[in-house]
Amino acid sequence: MSALTYEDVISKYEPVLGLEVHVELNTNSKMFCGCSTIFGAEPNTQTCPVCLALPGALPVVNEKAIESTILIGLALNCSIAAFSRFARKNYFYPDMPKNFQISQYDEPICVNGYVDVEIDTDEGPQSFRIEIERVHMEEDTGKSLHVGGSTGRIHGADYSLLDYNRAGIPLVEIVTKIVPGTGKYAPEVAKAYVAELRDILRALGVSDVKMEQGSLRCDANVSLRLIGSDVLGTRSETKNVNSLRSVERAVRGEMIRHAELLNKGEKVVQETRHFQEDTGLTRSGRSKEQAEDYRYFPEPDLVPVAPDAEWIEKLRASLPERPSLRRKRLQEQWSVPDKEMAAMINADVLNIVEETVLLGADPTKARSWWLGEISRLANEKEVTISELAITAKDVAEIVSLVAQGELTDKLARQVVESVINGEGTPAEVIASRGIKVVNDDGALMAAIEKVCSEQSETADKVRNGHLPAAGALIGAVMKETKGQADAARVRELLLGHLGQAAN
Amino acid sequence: MIKSSAAEMAQSLASGATTSVALTQAHLNRIAEVDEKVHAFLHVDTDGALKQAAEIDASRARGEKLSPLAGVPLALKDVLVQKDVPTTCGSKILEGWRPPYDSTVVSKLKSAGVVILGKTNMDEFAMGSSTENSAYGPTHNPWDLTRIPGGSGGGSSAALAAFEAPLAIGTDTGGSIRQPAAVTGTVGVKPTYGGVSRYGLVAFSSSLDQAGPCARTVLDTALLHEVIAGHDPKDSTSINAPVPQVVAAAKSGDVKGMKIGVVKELNGDGYQAGVRQRFEESLELLAQAGAEIVEVSAPNFEYALAAYYLIAPSECSSNLARFDAMRYGLRVGDTDGASAESVMNMTREVGFGREVKRRILLGTYALSSGYYDAYYGSAQKVRTLITQDFNNAFAKCDVMVSPTCPTTAFKIGEKANDPLAMYLNDIATIPVNMAGIGGMSLPCGVAPEDGLPVGFQIMSPVMQDQRMYSVGAALEAALLSKWGAPLLSQAPSLGGAA
Ligand SMILES: [Zn+2]
Repeated sequence: MSALTYEDVISKYEPVLGLEVHVELNTNSKMFCGCSTIFGAEPNTQTCPVCLALPGALPVVNEKAIESTILIGLALNCSIAAFSRFARKNYFYPDMPKNFQISQYDEPICVNGYVDVEIDTDEGPQSFRIEIERVHMEEDTGKSLHVGGSTGRIHGADYSLLDYNRAGIPLVEIVTKIVPGTGKYAPEVAKAYVAELRDILRALGVSDVKMEQGSLRCDANVSLRLIGSDVLGTRSETKNVNSLRSVERAVRGEMIRHAELLNKGEKVVQETRHFQEDTGLTRSGRSKEQAEDYRYFPEPDLVPVAPDAEWIEKLRASLPERPSLRRKRLQEQWSVPDKEMAAMINADVLNIVEETVLLGADPTKARSWWLGEISRLANEKEVTISELAITAKDVAEIVSLVAQGELTDKLARQVVESVINGEGTPAEVIASRGIKVVNDDGALMAAIEKVCSEQSETADKVRNGHLPAAGALIGAVMKETKGQADAARVRELLLGHLGQAAN
Repeated sequence: MIKSSAAEMAQSLASGATTSVALTQAHLNRIAEVDEKVHAFLHVDTDGALKQAAEIDASRARGEKLSPLAGVPLALKDVLVQKDVPTTCGSKILEGWRPPYDSTVVSKLKSAGVVILGKTNMDEFAMGSSTENSAYGPTHNPWDLTRIPGGSGGGSSAALAAFEAPLAIGTDTGGSIRQPAAVTGTVGVKPTYGGVSRYGLVAFSSSLDQAGPCARTVLDTALLHEVIAGHDPKDSTSINAPVPQVVAAAKSGDVKGMKIGVVKELNGDGYQAGVRQRFEESLELLAQAGAEIVEVSAPNFEYALAAYYLIAPSECSSNLARFDAMRYGLRVGDTDGASAESVMNMTREVGFGREVKRRILLGTYALSSGYYDAYYGSAQKVRTLITQDFNNAFAKCDVMVSPTCPTTAFKIGEKANDPLAMYLNDIATIPVNMAGIGGMSLPCGVAPEDGLPVGFQIMSPVMQDQRMYSVGAALEAALLSKWGAPLLSQAPSLGGAA
C-alpha cells in the first residue's frame, strides 16, 4: 500500500517527463509495399513478398507516408531534414518477418520542434512548452496471439498464431526532449500534450488517432530529482498507455512509485514497465540493462529521403489551423460558453458546426441543431453524426427557412428527421410532404371562425377578457391547420377577431 | 549446335534452321551427359524449359515480333527467385522452398523469351570463391574436374564452359561473376550497381550485390545485359536512366583513342607469372588496336579486402536474419513444447553452413554497439576512399584494367580450410563492388605453367558500361585472330557427344 501521498512526492521531488508517441498513419498502403492497411481483415490476407520478408523481396518507401510525416513535423514546428535515412533495427521476434525493423535512427526526417499546451492551474490557465526532439518513420510488426499458458505471453504458451496483416503498417514516432519544470502538474501536462497531439494529428487527417484501437500509443518516461538538484534521476518507461486518462494516471503512479523507492534509499531501475488499466499501476517489463543491442546500420535497400524545399513549402502552406487556437477563435467568434464548447468538442461537431455557420447559419442555431436534435437522432440510430444523411448545407437551409418564418421549429424538426431518413434535401422533403407554414391570413381566419363557432363558450370567455382561455382556441386552430400555422400569428388574429388587442 | 554462340543460335532460330525446342533439348541432353561430372546445376527444369521453348516456337510460327535472344536457353544462378521453381541459394535452409513470385530479372528473361533451363550451383548465399561452400556439393571446373570453377557463381560459369548453356545469369558481390568467368575461360559482367534490378535476388550484401550477364562471348554477354538491365520501381536502388548501349559497343569493338588505365596496385606480388604474362600480352594487343595504355594508381585498394569483409558480413548478418523457420524453408526441432526461439536456433544451426555462420558472426560483431564506429564505420570510410581512387583514375583514363584474379583455378579442397587465402582470390574484383562501378572479365589465354584460363578485367565508370564492352570486344577479336579458335576449344571435351 502506498504510504506516500502525491503531495508528499511533489513537496520533495521534481518530476522530469519524456513522452514517446507512436502514431499509425492512415495511408491506404503499407510503409514499404502496396498491401492494404484496412483494419480487421482475415489474418494474413494483406501480405505480399515484401511484408512477409520472402527471400529477395525489397522495400520501397510509401511517398504518402513521407508526406504525412512531414506534415506532422511542420505542425509541430520542426525543421525538416534535407536528407534523412532509414536504418535497420535488428532483433529476432517471430512476428517481425525480416527480424529487423526498418526505422529511422540517427538521421530522422523532422527534428527540433515544440508544441505549447495549456492547462488549468491553481493560478488559472498556464501554458507549457513541450520541446520535440524528433519525428521519425518506421514500420509496425505483425501480431502474435499466444495460445495456452497463463500469461498470454510467448513464454509458457502452447503455441502462437501469427498475423502479418499489420506488418509494415506505417508508424510515426514523436519523441519529446526531456520536459522539466512542470512540477505538480506533470500528469496534467502529459495528458494535455497527448490530447493536443491527437487533435493536431486529427486536424491534419494523417491518422485515425484512436487510442483505444492503438492507432495512437504513448510511452511515458518519468524520473524524479530532488527539488533544486540538476542531476537527472533514473527513468522508467511505461508502455501500453491507451487513453488520455491513463497517461495522467501512469505519470502520477510512477511519480509515487519512484518517490517511495527513493525515500527508502533504494534505486529506481531503468526499465520498461507496462501500465495496468484496471489498477492504474505499472508492472515491470524487461530491464533496460539487459536490453538488446539493436545493431543499427543504414538500410542499404533504400535511398535517403531528400524532400525538396518546394514540396515542403507547399505542405507548410497547406497546414490547417492549429486545433487549440481554432477552438479559441471559434468560441470567441460564436460567443459560446465554456461548457457548451466542451460539449461540442466532445461530440466532435465543431467542424460541421463551423461548416454550417460558414454557409450563413446563425452560430447558436447551428450549434443547437447539431448538438441537440441531430446528435439525439444519431444516438438513437447508434451511428456517428458523420454517418447521417444530413449535411451542413441542409442544416443551414433549415435554419434559414426558420428564420424566414417558412418553417416553425416543430416543422423544422420534422424536416431534419426526414432528411436523415433519406427522403432528400430539405426542399425536397418540404415539397413531397407538403410541409409549409400556413401564413395565408384568409385560410387562418376561416379556421379561426370555424373554431370560434364550434367552441362559442370558450370564445365568449375570451371576448369577456379572460385571455388564458385563448390557449385552447389557438390549439384547436393549430390542429385544424395540421400544425402548419405560425402559432404567434394565430394568436394575433384570434385575439383581434374576439375584440382583444393582441400583445 | 551447342558450341555456337548465343548470337549464332538466335540467328539459326530466326532463320528457321532450328527450333527453340530442339535447341533446348540439345542442351538438356548435354546436361544429362556431363553434369554428373561438372555439377553445375542444382535443379534442371526440363518441363518448364521445353514448355517455354514450345511457346516461343509457336510465337515465331505466328510471325510475332520476338526479342533478339528469344528461344535461346539460359542457366540461372540459384540466388534469383523464379516462380514455382526451387530456389535454395545453395543452402539447406531453403531446401524445398518454391518462391511464389518472379524476380525482376526472371520476369525480363521470360518476357524476352529466353528459355530458363534450371538453377545453377553456388556457394551458399553467394559467400565464397570456389562453389565449395554449396550445401549440395561443389561444382567442378570443366577445364580440370579436380579444380574449382570459381565462386560464388561457379555453377553458371561451369555450365557455360561445359556447353550446358550458352547464356547464364550470375550475381556479383565481390567478384562472384568475374572470378568464375576468369577461371573457366568465359565472359562475365558485373553491371553498374543499380543497373539491373535486385528485386528477387536473395540478398547477401545489399549495397554490393548486383546481378549480371554471363556468356562465352562479349557480344552474347551484351545481348543478355540489355535484356535484364533497366530501372525497376520495385528496387529503390535501381538507377532511373537509360540502359548503356552495350550491344552497339560490343558490335563495334572500337578502342581507337581510348585510354586504358593499368592499375599499378593490381599487378605485381602475389600474381601468378602466367597470369601476368597473358595480361601484358593483352595490353599489347589493345595498344595495337589503337588504345593508349597508361598507368593509374589506386592507393586505397589495399584496404578494400578488409573493408569488404566488414561491410558484406554486416549486411549479411541482417539480411539472413529472416531465415527463422517461421514462414518458409527448413524447420528443425519443432517438437511438442519447443519454443519459437529454440526452433529458430536449431534451424539456423542445422540450416546454415560454416562460411555463412562465420560471416554472420563477423557481421554481428562488427555492428555491435561499441564496435560499430571502429569496424562498420571505418569500412564505410574506406569505401568512400576507394570511390575517390576510381574517380581520380577515371579522370586520366576511360577504363581501368587488371588481371581478374591473382591465380588460375586452384584445386578443390586446397583453400577450404584457409578462409583468408580464399578471400585473397577476390582482391582485384572487390574494389569494383565497393565503388558500385561496372566490371567485366573475359578470357585472355591460358597460363603457360598450368594450361588453365586467365581472366582479363575491365572496369568502367558508373553507367558507362558500354566502355568495357568496347574494350572487351576489341581484345576478344584480337585474341581470336591470334588463336584462330575460341579459347574454350582448348578445354577437354568431358566425353559428351558434342
Ligand atoms: Zn505487403
